[in-house]
Amino acid sequence: MMMNANGNAKCEPCALGPYTGGNPDPILRLVGVEKTLDGRKVIDGITLEIPRRRITAIIGLSGAGKSLLLKHMIGLMKPDRGQVLLDGADINRYSRRALYEVRRRFGMLFQTGALFDSLTVYENVAFPLREKSGMPEGEIREKVLRILRNVGLENALEKFPDELSGGMVRRAALARAVVTDPEIILFDEPTTGLDPIIRNSILHLICRTYHEHHFTMVMVSHDLPDIFQWCHHVVVVHNGKVVEVGTPDGIRNSVNPFVRQLVEGDITGPLQLM
Amino acid sequence: MITETVLSFAEALGARVLRATGFLGRMGIFLGAALVRAALPPYRVGNILRQVHFIGVKSVFVISLTAAFTGMVLALQGYYTLRKFGSEGLLGPAVALSLIRELGPVLSALMVTGRAGSALTAEIGIMRIGEQIDSLETMGIDPIRFLVAPRLLAFLLSVPLLTAIFDVVGIYGGYLVGVHLLGVNGGVYFGEMKASVELADVANGVWKSLAFSLIIAWVCTFKGYFTGRGAEGVSNATTSAVVVSSVLVLVCDYFLTSVLL
Repeated sequence: MMMNANGNAKCEPCALGPYTGGNPDPILRLVGVEKTLDGRKVIDGITLEIPRRRITAIIGLSGAGKSLLLKHMIGLMKPDRGQVLLDGADINRYSRRALYEVRRRFGMLFQTGALFDSLTVYENVAFPLREKSGMPEGEIREKVLRILRNVGLENALEKFPDELSGGMVRRAALARAVVTDPEIILFDEPTTGLDPIIRNSILHLICRTYHEHHFTMVMVSHDLPDIFQWCHHVVVVHNGKVVEVGTPDGIRNSVNPFVRQLVEGDITGPLQLM
Repeated sequence: MITETVLSFAEALGARVLRATGFLGRMGIFLGAALVRAALPPYRVGNILRQVHFIGVKSVFVISLTAAFTGMVLALQGYYTLRKFGSEGLLGPAVALSLIRELGPVLSALMVTGRAGSALTAEIGIMRIGEQIDSLETMGIDPIRFLVAPRLLAFLLSVPLLTAIFDVVGIYGGYLVGVHLLGVNGGVYFGEMKASVELADVANGVWKSLAFSLIIAWVCTFKGYFTGRGAEGVSNATTSAVVVSSVLVLVCDYFLTSVLL
């Protein structure tokens, strides 16, 4: 890890080099996606690309439609219009069974962790392997223990989710998301509600996971401007629309007044919230 | 002005009908999906047994207690009525037929709804609002197969057995009051019962308990699966599950009785 100007730990430079935009081979593409919920258009014609083997951050105000975008990417929600293309194929045209197969390529870390209350940490992480992999129990145990060691939870194997701190829940959820070796991991506000030290440790863990496996990662986050040092590609969303897309530096130096206000956390600007 | 009022009334009525039709359609599709997944392998035997333990074994005490007092009060009321006609000897069949054909299945279903059905709705509802059901989906695991089908099968196994326990305990409750308290001959109590209760009566009770278990499992899992937002959503879903299940059990009881009589 390197240190940035503020003295915070900074993610090591990506082994694949910085993302410069215009990736000819995006793994996921959303084309003209629209969704209306309770009479309100929550996603309004979004078109965007998720570059393969890069970390993409989706930022915006609360209620901008960021989490809904993630749910569309994995097929948990179907758009009213538009397409969600995974390697060029529209996942919304798949049968239910085919969609379940496609989801094996994904891992997802939910905002709350979404661990199963009735299972221990070990059982939670072993769960997707037991259910879907067909691996023998010995191999499952070996793999789960290795991953739990990586996230620093080797001493919490037998604990239940309600016995864990917020940071431990997120780490367990991260372990469960990566245990199946997915190609794409979606993070829905992985650090919300955590103190700065725990938040940094989670982001380090995500970064380390990226460097070990080079998964494609999509992260919805409110950690501005810190998130810029943890990603290659940024998508700014507001009112269900993409406002700007670019590199972290590009977004940081954007001239778009809305983006500037969001990045700087200014209470004055085009967005009148008070 | 009148035309506008009529149009807006028709529009509101149409919207309500559409919503109701959509709701019933969703319930129907949900039941169909759950039944198909329950019928097709792989069967999650461990999961089913855990649910049988929760729904069945843990309900035995409350079912036995309810049954004992139901049988006892039936014996008291039955004795009072039969004595007017000098037919106290028919107390055994009166208690047994009331329990086996009617009260056993209905009261067992209502007790199971209150004890296990409500807990089931709350459990699935909390899984829904805690994104655990979404989490299953993202792992490529069908939540209806994983959560709903084992519970449906467990209800279908447990409720008829609980009803049988209810009937037996209720009959002994009636025996306690009729024979030991009111002085009816014990041999007559069971002898008349043996002569009057037929296999068709028992089958009637079994069919009813199977139908009721399907209703409880269906309504309670559906309400939990499609719960509203937050703690209030789960609370509303749980209340609604108990009320709707109980009412449907009683309505279904009338129609089944009229068909099976």
